[in-house]
Amino acid sequence: MAGKTLFDKVWEPHVVARLGGDTVLLHIDRHLMHDLGGPVGLAELKRRGHRVRNPELTFATPDHAVSSAPGRTEDTNPTGGRLLRGLRAGAAEAGIRLFDLGEPGQGIVHVIGPEQGISLPGLTIVCGDSHTCTHGGVGALAFGIGSSELLHVLATQTLVQRRPKRMRVCFEGRMQEGVLPKDLILHLIATHSAAGGVGHAVEYAGSAIEAMGIEGRMTVCNLSIEFGAKMGMVAPDEATFQFLADRPYAPKGRSWDLALAHWRGLPSDADARFDHEITLDISALAPQVTWGTSPQDTIAVDGHVPDPAREGDPDRRKAIAQALDYMGLQPGQPIAGTEVDWVFIGSCTNSRLPDLRAAASVIKGRKVAEGVRAWVVPGSGQVKRDAEAEGLDQVFKSAGFEWREPGCSMCVAANGETVPPGKRSVSTSNRNFVGRQGPGARTHLASPAVAAAAALAGRIVDLRKF
Amino acid sequence: MEKFTRLRAIAAPLMRQNVDTDVIIRIERLIEADRARLGEHAFEAWRFLPDGSENPDFLLNREPYRRAKILLNGVNFGCGSSREGAVWALMGLGIRCVIAPSFGEIFFNNCFQNGVLPVVLPAASVQEIADEVAGDPAERLVTVDLEAQQVIAPSGKVHGFEIDPLRRTGLLEGLDEIGLTLRRETEIAAFQARDAKARPWVYRT
Repeated sequence: MAGKTLFDKVWEPHVVARLGGDTVLLHIDRHLMHDLGGPVGLAELKRRGHRVRNPELTFATPDHAVSSAPGRTEDTNPTGGRLLRGLRAGAAEAGIRLFDLGEPGQGIVHVIGPEQGISLPGLTIVCGDSHTCTHGGVGALAFGIGSSELLHVLATQTLVQRRPKRMRVCFEGRMQEGVLPKDLILHLIATHSAAGGVGHAVEYAGSAIEAMGIEGRMTVCNLSIEFGAKMGMVAPDEATFQFLADRPYAPKGRSWDLALAHWRGLPSDADARFDHEITLDISALAPQVTWGTSPQDTIAVDGHVPDPAREGDPDRRKAIAQALDYMGLQPGQPIAGTEVDWVFIGSCTNSRLPDLRAAASVIKGRKVAEGVRAWVVPGSGQVKRDAEAEGLDQVFKSAGFEWREPGCSMCVAANGETVPPGKRSVSTSNRNFVGRQGPGARTHLASPAVAAAAALAGRIVDLRKF
Repeated sequence: MEKFTRLRAIAAPLMRQNVDTDVIIRIERLIEADRARLGEHAFEAWRFLPDGSENPDFLLNREPYRRAKILLNGVNFGCGSSREGAVWALMGLGIRCVIAPSFGEIFFNNCFQNGVLPVVLPAASVQEIADEVAGDPAERLVTVDLEAQQVIAPSGKVHGFEIDPLRRTGLLEGLDEIGLTLRRETEIAAFQARDAKARPWVYRT
């Protein structure tokens, strides 16, 4: 009999009941709520006459709709204030821990989970947000859910789920100078499409992942959903345990020792079988940037945007032409040199301390180019404090970047912070969809280093030559 | 939840790849607008011109596709955000069934929670149906029969599809999933009691 994968070792022990075929009732260990889905979900649950079954396994924080303006209050964005008050009231009534504005634990829900030690290896974690796969970076089985599933979790602490197929993606080799975890995952999506992972739980492995910090693994797992997979995970190792030790909600003492013994058994067995395997040699990979309106529209920063006339498939040809038109780019042009108006460094993809360090290290005393607005939005109150303790805020501010308050901000533009129509943004976020950063906004996804370089140059540049 | 059994309707061959839930419904509409009125904002970046008028070139603005209940699409329909509002917005347009070679997984699950049927068919089959419909969409109706697990093209050609049996029953009978799971409370409680012994660090007291 073949060995078990990391995924199997987490999925199987969480099966409460088998419902026929590959469908099971799955126990959910942690449920994270934010200000968009939380207030509505809790109110609707009450309306239907159900109670929150396990409030102690549920955590909440405002992130989507709160303003990121320096010195913000809850009503800087009035809609955000209304939602936050709803979340507060619902959480208080149900007995759910809420990380409120001003607390170190407030921030993007996918940043605070691992940071607070709420997200642990081997746990099942859900949230009404598709980037919940981020928590896979610590070896959790984490995925996004819709509003109805959210109610189901609140009422029953379980979900009806069909077991996905298993895929392993191995990133082999050593990353070149200037290349970051974001570049690896964008490259995977570029080479295997935005639908490449559909129907699969993805395990990321290989020497590049083993050598990567935990925050970087979260960045890789974060974009699983952009690869079409709602779950992405990395086997926990010593680096994971070190990362989690002493976090506020991580187990302590004897409980920690028990957990550790369990976690060490989670990595895929040597003879485990996957339904699909991909290996990518990333040792010569260049920094990446997107040119179009899907994350699969990714090229090297020294590459050229495609020419639809040279595309054989008619659907693909049409899609390229539509994307170029929306993005205001010419077929075949080099992407470097494209002038930018906005730079956004933040989001659940790239707003952790190592991301901010990588961005700051590009600055080297230079200033944000004239006409460019550049924002840095730390992922959580804790990230903000840690970055300020290192003086990163000063590095950014003296270069002309705006140093802002934690939240989702301009990644999802749900708090009124948008890139204006027709303006071009280089963003460390996860989606370059039509209108994602605001109606008519043109988004280029990139790593924090590529984004910082674009802010300084006023155009997309190959940071290796900058 | 509204049941889904059999649907005979106009099918709109949108046939785009990687249609994301952001483009189906913008996030601020989910905050501002009443759920029942999300259809007004569905596909707004494509459906309306910058001055707010309808884009006459967009398929769903043209007759008879305005009355379509079935949407034909390319790969990875409903990718991206988990927002269930994407399903509500499509329902607001009158869509009850989406046929595509693959779907965004969270969107796929969200459909079943709302009585909307997502049908997976090979790309060639979806294209074949789209081609058949295109000449005279008002007359060349498409039938989707969930009981028989068949899409019947205007020509009468039958395309069988697979569906999870539990999901199928849920749609056919319009079942409330939460209600069904709550009946398993004893099993859930037993699971947690057992699990709390094996993995005490998971359960916070």
